[in-house]
Amino acid sequence: MYALVDCNNFYVSCERVFQPKLNGKPVVVLSNNDGCVISRSYEAKDLGILMGEPEFKIRNQIKQHDIHVFSSNYALYGDLSNRVHNLLHKFTPHVEMYSIDEAFLNFDGMTIDYNQYGQQIKMSILKWLSLPVCIGFGSSKALSKVANKIAKKYQERTQGVYVIDTEEKRTKALKWTKIEDVWGIGYRLSKKMKAHNIHTAYDFTLPHYEAFIKSTMGIVGIRLKYELEGKSVLELEEPKTKKNIAITRSFAQSITTLDEMKERVSTFATVCSEKLRKQKSCCYGVILYLRKDNFKTQKDRYSFYKMETLPYASNSAITISNVAIKMLKSIFEEGEIYKKAGVIVTQLIPENEKQFHLFEEENPKHQILMKVMDDYQKKTGDRKIKLGVQNLEKTWTMKQNHLSPKYTTRFEEIFEILC
Amino acid sequence: MLINKNIKFFIPNFENSRELPFITSGIKAGFPSPAADFDETRISLDKALVKNPHTTFYAKANGQSMKGAGIDDGDIMVIDRSIEPRNNKIAVCLIDGEFTVKRIKKTKEELLLMPENNDFQPIKVTEENQFVIWGIVTYVIKNV
Repeated sequence: MYALVDCNNFYVSCERVFQPKLNGKPVVVLSNNDGCVISRSYEAKDLGILMGEPEFKIRNQIKQHDIHVFSSNYALYGDLSNRVHNLLHKFTPHVEMYSIDEAFLNFDGMTIDYNQYGQQIKMSILKWLSLPVCIGFGSSKALSKVANKIAKKYQERTQGVYVIDTEEKRTKALKWTKIEDVWGIGYRLSKKMKAHNIHTAYDFTLPHYEAFIKSTMGIVGIRLKYELEGKSVLELEEPKTKKNIAITRSFAQSITTLDEMKERVSTFATVCSEKLRKQKSCCYGVILYLRKDNFKTQKDRYSFYKMETLPYASNSAITISNVAIKMLKSIFEEGEIYKKAGVIVTQLIPENEKQFHLFEEENPKHQILMKVMDDYQKKTGDRKIKLGVQNLEKTWTMKQNHLSPKYTTRFEEIFEILC
Repeated sequence: MLINKNIKFFIPNFENSRELPFITSGIKAGFPSPAADFDETRISLDKALVKNPHTTFYAKANGQSMKGAGIDDGDIMVIDRSIEPRNNKIAVCLIDGEFTVKRIKKTKEELLLMPENNDFQPIKVTEENQFVIWGIVTYVIKNV
């Protein structure tokens, strides 16, 4: 048996942990740069605030209904998410962190009353962390996702826990689930499905659509069909190290000079190297990606990739940044307008399998310097130590007008209680 | 294994590689430290004061009502949310959406939140109140 534990309106719920007065009131959390709405409380949903709506469009509603607005506080959400995942291990050893607010659990070999156990998990997370969750049980991951949707939609009737444990419940649940809500069916696929008369998850499992599903989705579609039929084919995924790391960004203001671009590229390379060191990997390949403004360039081509292989595997910010800048100099064209750039590191190997080379080796001082940079960042939470080409001011400034304190990750910002 | 007439090539297998520490300082010959056999890790306040790290939070005390219990203004409280509340424990309570720290006093008739300072009055929790015990204060850290 699988279960999907999903935190309700996670970012909003995190903000409410330390501001319980906001329970029952409309609350929204905005994306980076205070751009658009990415989490809404039920009260905000009822007021008609949409997911992804830009902040400036709802300013009137915010005033009129006294909606509480927060900038995203990922330090807080990350810590609370981490606590949820760790606490779930108390209920089963098999936990997969699926996303910041979802986890799959597996209960194979345990004979328990799932409904009761689900209630226990739900009540515990609520008591320990003040985070409301919904839990769906099913014999496969895809079915547990469907069950979770039902638990969430009918919270009063299900008390936030729903178990698909009979054939009758499964059929009923699949008939209720719209095709666009099925795990792994995105907007474009659902359009294709509907054009073929597949409107629900149940339709998807009918034998006469199998050939169509196979031709449009391949083996992935067939696996999903099995999963919805209750045959588990997707197992829990243990945390894996990533095979590529990419940092790409669109620019708020287009970039036209090499100096400006050097600064950006170097920053992206530094963040890539940081992520490599975090997962204890080194890379052999570095890819630089540039994209011009396709409406303003005279030339046919507007997207550029260049790749270079390092003589030795590295996770040093200096090495990766230098290679990226070397590539940049060779493909950058003055006078063009660039909209987007990125650095991607590939051919990753574990740090400890790094081979030593006879003739060419990285300056060993890099490792020491990187450690100092990482330790400093860990201690202060700031990326204050930077490479010379990086801009000290601009780099990570974000609009965060409604940021709550980092209650759980910074000592100076812990919450105060009236005594 | 590839065989090329006289030379055998072995392909190393890294699958079960074992990590060994690489000691950069070199190894000195001489009398070994007698303390090495009694190697213990240093005392960690984190480990001593936090039994359940995933349910523990820190908060700063603001006010004097719990002075008698040793909680002064500005002290840091260690709060464990997984401990079951019991009579006489000092708890972080949520009453009608507001946080407060008080000692829990439960009798047959009533539930009282007791301050530890004569300048303050006990708070009586009634059915009209929305009341939750948020966590139990396990330690107080103060600057002396």
